Amino acid sequence: MTAELVRGQNHPLSQARLEIRVSAGKPVVAGATLSDEHGKVQGVEWVAHPGSPTLPGIEVSKQAAADHRLACDLDALPETVHRVSVLLALPTGVGGPVRFGAVAAPFVAVTGLDGSEVASYTVTGLDAESAVVALELYRRQGAWKVRAVGQGYAGGLAELLTDQGLPQARQLAGSINEAVVQGLARSVAAPPPRAADGDRSRHAATPALGQDQGGSTSPGAPGQVSPQHGHPGGQGPIASGAGPGAPQAAYPTASAPADPSAVTHPAGAGGPVNYSHPGRQAAAPPPPPPTAPPARPGQPAQPVAGDATGWSMEERLYNQVWGMFEDLARSTAAYRSAVDFAESRMEQELDKALSDPRARIGGQGDAAREAARAKHAELVDRAREALDRDLAQLTAEAEVVEPALPPAFARWDNPAWHGYRVPMEIPMAVRLGDLHLPESAGLSIPMLVRLPLERGLWIDSGRTGSFEGSIADSDDLRRLAMDTAVAHAARLLAVYPAGEYTVHVIDAAGSAASSLAPLVSTGVLAAPPAVGAAGVNEVLARLTQRVDLVQMAIRGGAADSLPSDLDPAEQLLIVNDFPHGFDDRAVTQLRYLADEGPAVGVHLMLVADREDAAAYGPLLDPLWRSLLRLTPVPDDHLADPWVGHTWTYDPSRVPPGSQVLQHVLTQVATARRSWNR
Amino acid sequence: MTVNMTKGQAISLQKNDGGTLTAVRMGLGWQAAPRRGLFGSRTREIDLDASAVLFADKQPVDVVFFRHLVSDDGSVRHTGDNLVGGVGQGGDDEAILVDLARIPVHIDQIVFTVNSFTGQTFQEVQDAFCRLVDETNGQELARYTLAGGGQYTAQIMAKVHRAGAGWQMTALGTPANGRTFQDLMPAILPHL
Repeated sequence: MTAELVRGQNHPLSQARLEIRVSAGKPVVAGATLSDEHGKVQGVEWVAHPGSPTLPGIEVSKQAAADHRLACDLDALPETVHRVSVLLALPTGVGGPVRFGAVAAPFVAVTGLDGSEVASYTVTGLDAESAVVALELYRRQGAWKVRAVGQGYAGGLAELLTDQGLPQARQLAGSINEAVVQGLARSVAAPPPRAADGDRSRHAATPALGQDQGGSTSPGAPGQVSPQHGHPGGQGPIASGAGPGAPQAAYPTASAPADPSAVTHPAGAGGPVNYSHPGRQAAAPPPPPPTAPPARPGQPAQPVAGDATGWSMEERLYNQVWGMFEDLARSTAAYRSAVDFAESRMEQELDKALSDPRARIGGQGDAAREAARAKHAELVDRAREALDRDLAQLTAEAEVVEPALPPAFARWDNPAWHGYRVPMEIPMAVRLGDLHLPESAGLSIPMLVRLPLERGLWIDSGRTGSFEGSIADSDDLRRLAMDTAVAHAARLLAVYPAGEYTVHVIDAAGSAASSLAPLVSTGVLAAPPAVGAAGVNEVLARLTQRVDLVQMAIRGGAADSLPSDLDPAEQLLIVNDFPHGFDDRAVTQLRYLADEGPAVGVHLMLVADREDAAAYGPLLDPLWRSLLRLTPVPDDHLADPWVGHTWTYDPSRVPPGSQVLQHVLTQVATARRSWNR
Repeated sequence: MTVNMTKGQAISLQKNDGGTLTAVRMGLGWQAAPRRGLFGSRTREIDLDASAVLFADKQPVDVVFFRHLVSDDGSVRHTGDNLVGGVGQGGDDEAILVDLARIPVHIDQIVFTVNSFTGQTFQEVQDAFCRLVDETNGQELARYTLAGGGQYTAQIMAKVHRAGAGWQMTALGTPANGRTFQDLMPAILPHL
């Protein structure tokens, strides 16, 4: 029998072991505080939260999620605990909703272990609050009861915890959020499961394009709305409920992939009007995918490039690469799971052999141990065989896919770059490097991220934990980081149509002149790299003003009233050696650009060692977290969205001695001049 | 040719031509039973959930259900939660696809269960069935009817287990009670 509680109502609890289920529709943080008979939380060790999920008698989830199941055993709580408050909070600093008024009313239920609901409560009436005490379980005359509380706090977790009498409330709220965001920030954003509708309309206009590879770089279809008109923050469907200025598309959680239409280009204010029906976008059927030759009996099918769904060759290759990424993650998960199982079984069997008194005399014990090891080896061998079979298939696929990739997806040594021509259309994604796992060092998966970038990039010039990073000396590492940044920037410049991507550089100390040479000498930069504090301030002021103007125009629905001299291209700001040359004001402006920029087409690429900015303390933590961390040397710090393996990232490097950057950037500069932009 | 299975019956998943199956689908279909009496046309919604638990040597290793739709290794996939059942058709309302070739080597049994998430017993469900289909050609291999559903909210339907180099399916049909597969674990263990 379920009691549906209203605010303030209570209900007796007859069981001690309970589950508290939360469903909120959007990822929320769930936690619990324990308080004494005076209602005071005695210290941080009385708070269960994602950074410290288990306390005697209560356990909460380690991460933000739309659904939670908190386990609670009232008998296991310390005697001094008289009240357990169940609290929910919206994670901050991840681009998600910032007020409960923008999400569906959270539902909380207390259930027995058999799933039977004891009491439930829908936390309604919330608005600007970002943290709420949903329920409390409390002792009354020796028995436990549950009460629906629903007390919200606009000041978030910090205010909530302060209200409960916790002296270190603010620090704890910060560390809770840190724990949550770290969980989110490590994951590579999941790809949209199906082609986004926005993409379909984009590609349906050029149905014949996929058939030849050269064509995919220079399709003749205009109609691509320029990004800062077509991509205003707040136009995407999932952003509609959020407050203005909260860009939603950057939400990087693996469990809730961003709505695909939010990362593409909905035709928004100011762009050309999209007359196509959202549910019926395919005007012409896409070209048929390439067909694989029939497999010989008993052999796996021969892989072909473009063997995936999509409306163009580009989209099919993108989906195929993500499919390979997922297959490799899952095959490796199967292998690791089997090996773990083999090991735990062997340990159990060895323990058993040791504890069996009969086995201690004679050779029986040795035989049992030998048998346990043999079983382990046999299972591991079979698991490896299955993995090798999968790896062979994926390697064969990579061998046909890699040469077929268009420049935006291709390695710098791919011949596609030699036949490079300035494209007419923005590609759906760009390759930032390669990913591989220890089990499959020979097989790399291209790391493709969607365009326009949802998050800024941080090229880490600090020492990493990896082997190669620890031997390179720190000046080498800084130069390498800047080289990597220039290669990424050159790729972005090259894959955008002429004049649709503008790159600014801040090099306050002027220390990166050699790395920047390809960009400077070909004349593709908007202005020479800015040096000194004055240069820093001037560039930041210009970009900040631009973000403000575009935001105002979008909010006011007056995109056509922007000044005519405003550059409509997407903007990329490369900052070398941050925070050198930055004062407090400049740092604040940079953080503003990181938060607000991506939604209005202003992107950041920071080349920095986090240690150099240590003086700012935790002030900059949100900045680092909001950026996608990339390294100039191979480093294992990225997680996949399916299983959460740690992948080794290897940046896309220009082969030594290659002139490909010069060649490509020269063409970009020429095309720009001929377009007179 | 369909085999109508009875409780405890085992069939081998070998194809008639001797080849082994590579992919099978466990389908679950049901309809809510109409209520009798006044307003009898108003049927109550029933949410049945299909789950698959992967065991290695009697230890649960992974589970596929409506909150974890794909096993970590990718071999078992749930097509998604259906909250209301079929509206009169006999098709599968929820399905779990098993790629037998891709199952990790240490997994030796997969147990399929059905739970009533909304709490109705099987007495209130009509035409509930569980079936095993050869996913490569759509041929139904086995069908198990949730006949005589009594005062139970869950059923352990069947298990697919390794037999030699291939796989075998055994119909279990054991009634149980519980809302999700977690509640059924004690009831599943004796069948392994």
